[in-house]
Amino acid sequence: MTDTVDLSSAEPIMRIDEATGNKIFSFERNGETLEFIIGSSPEGTDVWQRVPYEADDYGSVADYRTDFDHADPAYNPSAPEVWKELREGGCPVAHSDRYGGMWVPLTNDTVNEIAYDTDNFTSRSVVVSVGRPGDRALPAPIGGAPPITSDPPFHNIARRLLLPAFAPKMIEPWEPEIQRLCQKLLDEMGDIAPGESVIDAAVQYAQNIPVNVIGRMLGFPEKDEELFRQFVHDVLERIAEEPGTREGTDDLGLYIQQQIAEHRENPRDDLTSYLMNVELDGNKLDDEVVAGMVILLLVAGIDTTWSAIGSSLWHLAQHPEDHQRLLDDPEVMTFALEEFLRAYAPVTMARLVAKDNDFHGCPMKKDDWVLLPFPAANRDPKKFEDPDSFIVDREENRHAAFGLGIHRCLGSNLARLELKVAIEEFIKRFPRFELAGDVRWSVGQIRGPRELPVRILEVAE
Amino acid sequence: MRVHLDAEKCQGHNRCYALAPEIFDVDDYGQAMLLVEGDVPAELQDKARLAAANCPEYAITITENG
Repeated sequence: MTDTVDLSSAEPIMRIDEATGNKIFSFERNGETLEFIIGSSPEGTDVWQRVPYEADDYGSVADYRTDFDHADPAYNPSAPEVWKELREGGCPVAHSDRYGGMWVPLTNDTVNEIAYDTDNFTSRSVVVSVGRPGDRALPAPIGGAPPITSDPPFHNIARRLLLPAFAPKMIEPWEPEIQRLCQKLLDEMGDIAPGESVIDAAVQYAQNIPVNVIGRMLGFPEKDEELFRQFVHDVLERIAEEPGTREGTDDLGLYIQQQIAEHRENPRDDLTSYLMNVELDGNKLDDEVVAGMVILLLVAGIDTTWSAIGSSLWHLAQHPEDHQRLLDDPEVMTFALEEFLRAYAPVTMARLVAKDNDFHGCPMKKDDWVLLPFPAANRDPKKFEDPDSFIVDREENRHAAFGLGIHRCLGSNLARLELKVAIEEFIKRFPRFELAGDVRWSVGQIRGPRELPVRILEVAE
Repeated sequence: MRVHLDAEKCQGHNRCYALAPEIFDVDDYGQAMLLVEGDVPAELQDKARLAAANCPEYAITITENG
Protein backbone atom coordinates (compact mmCIF):
# COMPACT_ATOMS: atom_id res chain seq x y z
CA MET A 1 0.00 0.00 0.00
CA THR A 2 2.45 2.60 1.23
CA ASP A 3 5.26 3.43 -1.17
CA THR A 4 8.39 2.73 0.79
CA VAL A 5 10.82 2.72 -2.12
CA ASP A 6 13.94 4.55 -1.04
CA LEU A 7 14.98 6.89 -3.82
CA SER A 8 17.74 8.52 -1.84
CA SER A 9 20.32 6.50 -3.68
CA ALA A 10 18.65 6.77 -7.08
CA GLU A 11 20.39 9.06 -9.55
CA PRO A 12 17.96 11.69 -10.74
CA ILE A 13 18.43 13.23 -14.18
CA MET A 14 17.60 16.91 -14.41
CA ARG A 15 16.65 18.83 -17.52
CA ILE A 16 15.21 22.26 -18.05
CA ASP A 17 12.00 22.57 -19.99
CA GLU A 18 12.67 25.36 -22.46
CA ALA A 19 9.09 26.49 -22.84
CA THR A 20 8.47 27.07 -19.12
CA GLY A 21 11.92 27.22 -17.54
CA ASN A 22 10.79 24.52 -15.10
CA LYS A 23 13.29 21.99 -13.84
CA ILE A 24 12.19 18.45 -14.53
CA PHE A 25 13.73 15.62 -12.56
CA SER A 26 13.46 12.08 -13.90
CA PHE A 27 14.00 8.90 -11.94
CA GLU A 28 14.16 5.33 -13.12
CA ARG A 29 12.29 2.91 -10.95
CA ASN A 30 11.44 -0.69 -11.81
CA GLY A 31 11.91 0.13 -15.48
CA GLU A 32 9.46 2.99 -15.20
CA THR A 33 10.38 6.67 -15.55
CA LEU A 34 8.99 9.06 -12.97
CA GLU A 35 9.08 12.81 -13.53
CA PHE A 36 8.79 15.68 -11.09
CA ILE A 37 8.58 19.32 -11.99
CA ILE A 38 10.05 22.09 -9.86
CA GLY A 39 9.42 25.68 -10.80
CA SER A 40 6.58 27.94 -11.80
CA SER A 41 4.60 26.87 -14.79
CA PRO A 42 3.06 29.74 -16.81
CA GLU A 43 -0.23 29.04 -15.02
CA GLY A 44 1.40 29.70 -11.68
CA THR A 45 2.17 27.33 -8.87
CA ASP A 46 -0.35 28.64 -6.42
CA VAL A 47 -3.67 27.89 -8.02
CA TRP A 48 -6.45 27.24 -5.56
CA GLN A 49 -10.00 26.08 -6.07
CA ARG A 50 -12.61 27.71 -3.87
CA VAL A 51 -14.85 25.03 -2.36
CA PRO A 52 -18.57 25.73 -2.03
CA TYR A 53 -18.74 26.41 1.71
CA GLU A 54 -20.06 29.40 3.63
CA ALA A 55 -19.59 29.03 7.38
CA ASP A 56 -22.60 31.26 8.08
CA ASP A 57 -24.94 28.84 6.30
CA TYR A 58 -24.03 26.14 8.78
CA GLY A 59 -23.66 27.86 12.14
CA SER A 60 -22.43 26.00 15.20
CA VAL A 61 -22.22 22.23 15.36
CA ALA A 62 -25.19 20.32 16.77
CA ASP A 63 -24.05 16.79 15.92
CA TYR A 64 -20.37 16.02 15.41
CA ARG A 65 -21.15 12.64 13.82
CA THR A 66 -22.63 14.19 10.68
CA ASP A 67 -21.55 17.83 10.89
CA PHE A 68 -18.01 17.73 12.29
CA ASP A 69 -16.26 21.10 12.41
CA HIS A 70 -12.92 21.44 14.16
CA ALA A 71 -13.09 25.22 13.62
CA ASP A 72 -16.23 25.55 15.76
CA PRO A 73 -14.98 27.67 18.69
CA ALA A 74 -16.57 25.14 21.07
CA TYR A 75 -14.54 22.24 19.64
CA ASN A 76 -11.01 22.74 20.96
CA PRO A 77 -12.03 23.48 24.57
CA SER A 78 -13.83 20.13 24.77
CA ALA A 79 -12.24 18.03 22.02
CA PRO A 80 -11.39 15.02 24.24
CA GLU A 81 -15.06 14.77 25.24
CA VAL A 82 -16.13 14.96 21.59
CA TRP A 83 -13.75 12.13 20.59
CA LYS A 84 -14.88 9.97 23.50
CA GLU A 85 -18.56 10.52 22.81
CA LEU A 86 -18.19 9.65 19.14
CA ARG A 87 -16.03 6.59 19.78
CA GLU A 88 -18.32 5.26 22.47
CA GLY A 89 -21.35 6.09 20.34
CA GLY A 90 -20.11 3.74 17.63
CA CYS A 91 -18.83 6.42 15.26
CA PRO A 92 -15.23 5.55 14.31
CA VAL A 93 -15.33 7.97 11.36
CA ALA A 94 -17.35 11.18 11.40
CA HIS A 95 -18.39 13.21 8.37
CA SER A 96 -19.16 16.78 7.47
CA ASP A 97 -20.44 18.56 4.38
CA ARG A 98 -18.38 21.60 5.38
CA TYR A 99 -15.25 22.60 3.40
CA GLY A 100 -16.60 20.75 0.37
CA GLY A 101 -16.80 17.43 2.26
CA MET A 102 -14.65 16.13 5.11
CA TRP A 103 -14.12 12.80 6.87
CA VAL A 104 -12.75 12.47 10.41
CA PRO A 105 -11.35 9.16 11.71
CA LEU A 106 -11.47 9.08 15.51
CA THR A 107 -10.01 5.74 16.59
CA ASN A 108 -6.37 4.75 16.79
CA ASP A 109 -6.87 2.11 14.08
CA THR A 110 -8.56 4.39 11.55
CA VAL A 111 -6.12 7.28 12.12
CA ASN A 112 -3.16 4.90 11.69
CA GLU A 113 -4.58 3.32 8.57
CA ILE A 114 -4.94 6.69 6.82
CA ALA A 115 -1.56 8.00 8.03
CA TYR A 116 0.20 4.99 6.49
CA ASP A 117 -1.81 4.92 3.26
CA THR A 118 -0.11 7.46 1.01
CA ASP A 119 -1.67 5.91 -2.10
CA ASN A 120 -5.26 6.72 -1.26
CA PHE A 121 -4.57 9.88 0.77
CA THR A 122 -2.40 12.70 -0.49
CA SER A 123 -0.62 15.34 1.61
CA ARG A 124 -0.98 17.95 -1.11
CA SER A 125 -2.76 20.12 1.39
CA VAL A 126 -2.52 19.46 5.12
CA VAL A 127 -4.64 22.31 6.42
CA VAL A 128 -8.40 22.04 5.84
CA SER A 129 -9.79 25.32 4.49
CA VAL A 130 -12.18 26.66 1.86
CA GLY A 131 -9.38 26.41 -0.70
CA ARG A 132 -8.05 23.19 -2.20
CA PRO A 133 -5.01 22.95 -4.48
CA GLY A 134 -6.43 23.05 -7.99
CA ASP A 135 -5.55 20.95 -11.01
CA ARG A 136 -2.98 23.50 -12.13
CA ALA A 137 -1.19 23.72 -8.77
CA LEU A 138 2.16 22.01 -8.36
CA PRO A 139 1.78 18.28 -9.00
CA ALA A 140 0.93 15.94 -6.18
CA PRO A 141 4.39 14.69 -5.28
CA ILE A 142 5.69 18.16 -4.43
CA GLY A 143 3.03 20.60 -3.28
CA GLY A 144 3.62 24.14 -2.08
CA ALA A 145 5.61 23.47 1.08
CA PRO A 146 7.74 20.35 0.65
CA PRO A 147 8.13 17.85 2.21
CA ILE A 148 4.98 18.18 4.36
CA THR A 149 2.86 18.65 1.21
CA SER A 150 4.74 15.97 -0.74
CA ASP A 151 3.85 12.36 -1.44
CA PRO A 152 6.23 9.49 -2.22
CA PRO A 153 8.60 9.25 -3.89
CA PHE A 154 9.47 12.96 -4.08
CA HIS A 155 8.72 13.27 -0.37
CA ASN A 156 11.81 11.32 0.61
CA ILE A 157 14.07 13.47 -1.57
CA ALA A 158 12.77 16.72 -0.11
CA ARG A 159 12.76 15.38 3.43
CA ARG A 160 16.34 14.17 3.28
CA LEU A 161 17.41 17.71 2.48
CA LEU A 162 15.96 18.94 5.76
CA LEU A 163 16.45 15.96 8.10
CA PRO A 164 20.14 16.61 8.92
CA ALA A 165 19.34 20.13 10.14
CA PHE A 166 16.86 18.72 12.69
CA ALA A 167 18.65 15.55 13.75
CA PRO A 168 19.04 15.11 17.53
CA LYS A 169 22.72 15.96 17.56
CA MET A 170 22.13 19.24 15.71
CA ILE A 171 19.32 20.24 18.07
CA GLU A 172 20.89 19.34 21.44
CA PRO A 173 23.33 22.31 21.39
CA TRP A 174 20.35 24.70 21.40
CA GLU A 175 19.44 23.77 24.99
CA PRO A 176 21.41 26.55 26.77
CA GLU A 177 20.06 29.16 24.35
CA ILE A 178 16.48 28.06 24.96
CA GLN A 179 17.12 28.13 28.71
CA ARG A 180 18.37 31.71 28.48
CA LEU A 181 15.38 32.72 26.36
CA CYS A 182 12.92 31.22 28.89
CA GLN A 183 14.72 32.89 31.79
CA LYS A 184 14.62 36.23 29.98
CA LEU A 185 10.86 35.92 29.43
CA LEU A 186 10.38 35.08 33.12
CA ASP A 187 12.55 38.07 34.11
CA GLU A 188 10.46 40.34 31.90
CA MET A 189 7.35 39.51 33.92
CA GLY A 190 8.71 41.98 36.47
CA ASP A 191 8.06 41.92 40.20
CA ILE A 192 5.75 39.10 41.19
CA ALA A 193 3.78 39.29 44.44
CA PRO A 194 3.13 35.66 45.48
CA GLY A 195 -0.57 34.98 45.98
CA GLU A 196 -1.55 38.13 44.10
CA SER A 197 0.21 38.48 40.77
CA VAL A 198 -1.56 36.97 37.79
CA ILE A 199 0.42 36.45 34.61
CA ASP A 200 -0.68 35.10 31.23
CA ALA A 201 1.42 31.98 30.70
CA ALA A 202 0.37 31.75 27.03
CA VAL A 203 0.81 35.40 26.01
CA GLN A 204 3.78 36.34 28.18
CA TYR A 205 5.59 33.01 27.96
CA ALA A 206 4.58 30.08 25.72
CA GLN A 207 3.86 32.01 22.52
CA ASN A 208 7.26 33.74 22.55
CA ILE A 209 9.46 30.67 22.77
CA PRO A 210 9.13 28.74 19.48
CA VAL A 211 8.83 31.84 17.30
CA ASN A 212 12.07 33.18 18.72
CA VAL A 213 13.91 29.89 18.29
CA ILE A 214 12.81 29.18 14.70
CA GLY A 215 13.36 32.82 13.71
CA ARG A 216 16.88 32.59 15.06
CA MET A 217 17.54 29.26 13.35
CA LEU A 218 16.40 30.78 10.03
CA GLY A 219 18.49 33.88 10.63
CA PHE A 220 15.55 36.31 10.49
CA PRO A 221 15.48 39.58 12.49
CA GLU A 222 14.08 39.13 16.00
CA LYS A 223 11.87 42.20 15.65
CA ASP A 224 9.74 40.38 13.05
CA GLU A 225 8.33 37.76 15.42
CA GLU A 226 4.87 39.35 15.44
CA LEU A 227 4.70 39.08 11.64
CA PHE A 228 5.31 35.32 11.84
CA ARG A 229 2.66 34.87 14.52
CA GLN A 230 0.12 36.84 12.46
CA PHE A 231 0.93 34.71 9.42
CA VAL A 232 0.51 31.46 11.32
CA HIS A 233 -2.79 32.73 12.69
CA ASP A 234 -3.96 33.56 9.15
CA VAL A 235 -3.05 30.15 7.77
CA LEU A 236 -4.24 27.97 10.62
CA GLU A 237 -7.16 29.77 12.24
CA ARG A 238 -8.91 31.82 9.55
CA ILE A 239 -9.72 28.77 7.46
CA ALA A 240 -13.33 29.64 6.60
CA GLU A 241 -12.48 33.07 5.20
CA GLU A 242 -11.85 33.96 1.57
CA PRO A 243 -8.21 33.31 0.67
CA GLY A 244 -7.92 36.92 -0.58
CA THR A 245 -8.76 38.30 2.87
CA ARG A 246 -5.94 36.38 4.51
CA GLU A 247 -3.52 39.19 3.67
CA GLY A 248 -0.77 37.97 5.93
CA THR A 249 -0.14 35.12 3.50
CA ASP A 250 0.99 37.43 0.68
CA ASP A 251 2.94 39.67 3.05
CA LEU A 252 4.91 36.73 4.29
CA GLY A 253 5.70 35.46 0.79
CA LEU A 254 7.19 38.86 0.00
CA TYR A 255 9.00 38.99 3.33
CA ILE A 256 10.62 35.59 2.75
CA GLN A 257 11.73 36.61 -0.75
CA GLN A 258 13.41 39.64 0.83
CA GLN A 259 15.09 37.46 3.44
CA ILE A 260 16.35 35.10 0.72
CA ALA A 261 17.74 38.07 -1.22
CA GLU A 262 19.39 39.38 1.94
CA HIS A 263 20.93 35.97 2.63
CA ARG A 264 22.21 35.86 -0.94
CA GLU A 265 24.17 39.04 -0.23
CA ASN A 266 25.21 38.02 3.28
CA PRO A 267 25.35 34.23 3.49
CA ARG A 268 25.78 32.93 7.03
CA ASP A 269 25.55 29.82 9.15
CA ASP A 270 21.78 29.48 9.45
CA LEU A 271 18.93 27.40 8.03
CA THR A 272 18.03 29.84 5.26
CA SER A 273 21.59 29.84 3.89
CA TYR A 274 21.66 26.06 4.32
CA LEU A 275 18.50 25.63 2.21
CA MET A 276 19.78 28.04 -0.43
CA ASN A 277 23.01 26.08 -0.81
CA VAL A 278 21.84 22.50 -0.45
CA GLU A 279 22.06 20.61 -3.72
CA LEU A 280 19.77 18.19 -5.44
CA ASP A 281 21.68 16.43 -8.23
CA GLY A 282 24.26 19.19 -8.34
CA ASN A 283 21.62 21.90 -8.62
CA LYS A 284 20.61 24.37 -5.95
CA LEU A 285 16.93 24.62 -5.11
CA ASP A 286 14.80 27.29 -6.75
CA ASP A 287 13.92 30.25 -4.53
CA GLU A 288 10.28 29.17 -4.58
CA VAL A 289 11.12 25.77 -3.14
CA VAL A 290 13.36 27.38 -0.51
CA ALA A 291 10.51 29.79 0.31
CA GLY A 292 8.05 26.88 0.53
CA MET A 293 10.31 25.08 2.98
CA VAL A 294 10.79 28.23 5.07
CA ILE A 295 7.02 28.71 5.17
CA LEU A 296 6.65 25.12 6.31
CA LEU A 297 9.18 25.64 9.11
CA LEU A 298 7.38 28.77 10.31
CA VAL A 299 3.87 27.35 10.15
CA ALA A 300 4.83 23.98 11.58
CA GLY A 301 7.24 25.25 14.20
CA ILE A 302 5.41 28.08 15.89
CA ASP A 303 1.96 27.58 17.33
CA THR A 304 2.35 23.81 17.56
CA THR A 305 5.04 24.00 20.24
CA TRP A 306 3.48 27.13 21.74
CA SER A 307 0.28 25.08 22.18
CA ALA A 308 2.09 22.15 23.76
CA ILE A 309 3.85 24.42 26.26
CA GLY A 310 0.58 26.20 27.09
CA SER A 311 -1.42 22.98 27.55
CA SER A 312 1.29 21.51 29.77
CA LEU A 313 1.33 24.58 32.02
CA TRP A 314 -2.49 24.56 32.04
CA HIS A 315 -2.33 20.97 33.30
CA LEU A 316 0.26 21.76 35.99
CA ALA A 317 -1.75 24.79 37.18
CA GLN A 318 -4.56 22.37 38.01
CA HIS A 319 -2.50 19.40 39.20
CA PRO A 320 -0.10 20.48 41.95
CA GLU A 321 0.68 16.81 42.66
CA ASP A 322 2.25 16.38 39.20
CA HIS A 323 4.02 19.70 39.56
CA GLN A 324 5.46 18.62 42.93
CA ARG A 325 6.57 15.27 41.52
CA LEU A 326 8.54 17.04 38.78
CA LEU A 327 10.22 19.26 41.38
CA ASP A 328 11.02 16.36 43.72
CA ASP A 329 12.11 13.93 41.05
CA PRO A 330 13.41 15.78 37.94
CA GLU A 331 14.25 12.42 36.30
CA VAL A 332 10.54 11.76 35.86
CA MET A 333 10.56 14.44 33.14
CA THR A 334 11.63 11.76 30.63
CA PHE A 335 8.19 10.17 31.00
CA ALA A 336 6.21 13.31 31.88
CA LEU A 337 7.31 14.99 28.65
CA GLU A 338 5.84 12.16 26.57
CA GLU A 339 2.67 12.13 28.68
CA PHE A 340 2.16 15.87 28.09
CA LEU A 341 2.62 15.18 24.38
CA ARG A 342 0.18 12.25 24.44
CA ALA A 343 -2.57 13.81 26.51
CA TYR A 344 -2.32 17.30 25.02
CA ALA A 345 -1.03 16.57 21.53
CA PRO A 346 -1.57 19.88 19.75
CA VAL A 347 -1.50 18.83 16.11
CA THR A 348 -4.29 17.47 13.93
CA MET A 349 -3.13 16.96 10.36
CA ALA A 350 -5.16 16.63 7.18
CA ARG A 351 -5.09 14.79 3.87
CA LEU A 352 -7.03 14.93 0.62
CA VAL A 353 -8.57 11.75 -0.76
CA ALA A 354 -6.38 10.88 -3.77
CA LYS A 355 -8.85 8.54 -5.44
CA ASP A 356 -12.34 7.28 -4.76
CA ASN A 357 -12.22 4.54 -2.16
CA ASP A 358 -14.41 2.72 0.29
CA PHE A 359 -12.98 3.22 3.76
CA HIS A 360 -14.71 0.78 6.13
CA GLY A 361 -18.05 1.60 4.52
CA CYS A 362 -17.36 5.33 4.10
CA PRO A 363 -17.70 6.28 0.42
CA MET A 364 -14.69 8.60 0.13
CA LYS A 365 -14.50 10.65 -3.07
CA LYS A 366 -11.41 12.14 -4.69
CA ASP A 367 -10.63 15.60 -3.23
CA ASP A 368 -12.69 15.09 -0.06
CA TRP A 369 -10.81 16.35 2.97
CA VAL A 370 -9.71 13.92 5.67
CA LEU A 371 -8.90 15.37 9.05
CA LEU A 372 -6.26 13.32 10.83
CA PRO A 373 -6.62 13.86 14.59
CA PHE A 374 -3.54 12.22 16.11
CA PRO A 375 -4.64 13.69 19.48
CA ALA A 376 -7.81 11.55 19.29
CA ALA A 377 -5.75 8.42 18.54
CA ASN A 378 -3.71 9.24 21.64
CA ARG A 379 -6.82 8.86 23.78
CA ASP A 380 -8.15 5.62 22.36
CA PRO A 381 -8.62 3.08 25.18
CA LYS A 382 -7.84 0.29 22.71
CA LYS A 383 -4.27 1.55 22.66
CA PHE A 384 -3.75 3.33 25.99
CA GLU A 385 -4.74 2.18 29.44
CA ASP A 386 -6.84 4.80 31.20
CA PRO A 387 -6.31 7.25 28.30
CA ASP A 388 -8.11 10.22 29.81
CA SER A 389 -5.93 10.19 32.93
CA PHE A 390 -2.62 12.04 32.93
CA ILE A 391 -0.10 9.60 34.41
CA VAL A 392 3.07 11.58 35.02
CA ASP A 393 5.33 8.50 34.91
CA ARG A 394 3.48 6.48 32.25
CA GLU A 395 6.18 4.07 31.10
CA GLU A 396 4.69 2.59 27.94
CA ASN A 397 3.68 5.44 25.70
CA ARG A 398 3.69 4.94 21.94
CA HIS A 399 1.84 8.19 21.36
CA ALA A 400 1.43 9.71 17.92
CA ALA A 401 1.76 13.39 18.84
CA PHE A 402 4.33 13.82 16.06
CA GLY A 403 2.38 11.76 13.57
CA LEU A 404 3.12 8.31 12.21
CA GLY A 405 4.80 7.04 9.08
CA ILE A 406 6.79 9.00 6.54
CA HIS A 407 5.53 12.43 7.65
CA ARG A 408 6.74 12.12 11.25
CA CYS A 409 7.20 15.71 12.43
CA LEU A 410 10.56 16.83 11.11
CA GLY A 411 11.02 19.21 14.03
CA SER A 412 10.08 16.76 16.77
CA ASN A 413 13.51 16.88 18.42
CA LEU A 414 13.39 20.66 18.56
CA ALA A 415 9.78 20.71 19.77
CA ARG A 416 10.59 18.24 22.56
CA LEU A 417 13.58 20.26 23.68
CA GLU A 418 11.61 23.52 23.72
CA LEU A 419 8.75 21.90 25.64
CA LYS A 420 11.07 20.32 28.20
CA VAL A 421 13.10 23.47 28.83
CA ALA A 422 10.00 25.71 28.92
CA ILE A 423 8.37 23.55 31.60
CA GLU A 424 11.56 23.12 33.62
CA GLU A 425 12.35 26.83 33.71
CA PHE A 426 8.77 27.83 34.53
CA ILE A 427 8.35 25.45 37.45
CA LYS A 428 11.84 26.23 38.74
CA ARG A 429 10.99 29.94 38.85
CA PHE A 430 7.42 29.43 40.08
CA PRO A 431 7.32 26.36 42.36
CA ARG A 432 3.57 26.88 42.88
CA PHE A 433 0.91 28.46 40.67
CA GLU A 434 -2.79 28.00 39.99
CA LEU A 435 -5.37 28.75 37.32
CA ALA A 436 -6.69 32.29 37.79
CA GLY A 437 -9.50 32.64 35.26
CA ASP A 438 -10.91 31.53 31.95
CA VAL A 439 -8.65 29.94 29.37
CA ARG A 440 -9.14 30.94 25.74
CA TRP A 441 -8.39 28.09 23.34
CA SER A 442 -7.14 28.28 19.77
CA VAL A 443 -9.47 27.57 16.86
CA GLY A 444 -8.71 24.93 14.22
CA GLN A 445 -6.24 22.12 13.73
CA ILE A 446 -3.70 23.25 16.32
CA ARG A 447 -5.11 22.90 19.83
CA GLY A 448 -3.78 24.87 22.77
CA PRO A 449 -4.47 27.80 25.12
CA ARG A 450 -4.13 31.27 23.61
CA GLU A 451 -4.85 33.01 26.93
CA LEU A 452 -3.87 31.26 30.14
CA PRO A 453 -4.14 33.37 33.30
CA VAL A 454 -2.28 31.83 36.24
CA ARG A 455 -1.78 33.19 39.74
CA ILE A 456 1.77 32.81 41.02
CA LEU A 457 1.74 31.42 44.57
CA GLU A 458 5.47 31.14 45.12
CA VAL A 459 8.58 32.59 43.52
CA ALA A 460 11.93 30.86 43.81
CA GLU A 461 14.60 32.83 45.63
CA MET B 1 17.95 -11.26 25.02
CA ARG B 2 18.34 -9.87 21.51
CA VAL B 3 17.11 -6.56 20.08
CA HIS B 4 15.99 -6.22 16.47
CA LEU B 5 15.55 -2.95 14.67
CA ASP B 6 13.49 -2.74 11.49
CA ALA B 7 15.15 0.13 9.62
CA GLU B 8 12.29 0.22 7.10
CA LYS B 9 9.80 0.97 9.86
CA CYS B 10 11.96 3.49 11.75
CA GLN B 11 10.83 7.08 11.05
CA GLY B 12 13.31 8.78 13.34
CA HIS B 13 11.05 9.50 16.32
CA ASN B 14 14.19 9.25 18.44
CA ARG B 15 12.43 7.67 21.41
CA CYS B 16 14.83 4.70 21.66
CA TYR B 17 17.91 6.92 21.59
CA ALA B 18 16.43 9.08 24.36
CA LEU B 19 15.52 6.11 26.56
CA ALA B 20 18.41 3.75 25.88
CA PRO B 21 21.44 5.54 24.41
CA GLU B 22 23.61 2.58 25.42
CA ILE B 23 21.72 0.41 22.93
CA PHE B 24 20.66 2.86 20.21
CA ASP B 25 22.36 5.68 18.38
CA VAL B 26 21.01 7.93 15.61
CA ASP B 27 22.65 8.82 12.30
CA ASP B 28 22.91 12.22 10.62
CA TYR B 29 19.33 11.87 9.40
CA GLY B 30 17.99 10.95 12.83
CA GLN B 31 17.46 7.29 11.90
CA ALA B 32 18.05 4.74 14.66
CA MET B 33 21.08 2.46 14.66
CA LEU B 34 21.68 -0.54 16.88
CA LEU B 35 24.85 -0.36 18.97
CA VAL B 36 24.57 -3.78 20.58
CA GLU B 37 25.27 -6.87 18.54
CA GLY B 38 24.24 -10.23 19.88
CA ASP B 39 23.04 -10.67 23.46
CA VAL B 40 22.01 -7.60 25.40
CA PRO B 41 23.93 -7.38 28.71
CA ALA B 42 21.72 -8.06 31.73
CA GLU B 43 22.02 -4.52 33.09
CA LEU B 44 20.63 -3.05 29.85
CA GLN B 45 17.70 -5.40 29.36
CA ASP B 46 15.13 -3.22 31.11
CA LYS B 47 16.17 -0.28 28.99
CA ALA B 48 15.85 -2.37 25.84
CA ARG B 49 12.31 -3.37 26.81
CA LEU B 50 11.44 0.24 27.58
CA ALA B 51 12.71 1.40 24.20
CA ALA B 52 10.73 -1.30 22.41
CA ALA B 53 7.57 -0.41 24.34
CA ASN B 54 7.80 3.23 23.31
CA CYS B 55 8.53 3.02 19.61
CA PRO B 56 5.52 4.60 17.88
CA GLU B 57 6.27 2.69 14.67
CA TYR B 58 6.73 -0.75 16.32
CA ALA B 59 10.18 -0.89 14.70
CA ILE B 60 11.90 -2.52 17.70
CA THR B 61 11.31 -6.12 18.71
CA ILE B 62 12.86 -8.20 21.41
CA THR B 63 13.49 -11.91 21.56
CA GLU B 64 14.13 -13.38 24.97
CA ASN B 65 16.53 -16.30 24.94
CA GLY B 66 14.80 -19.58 25.62
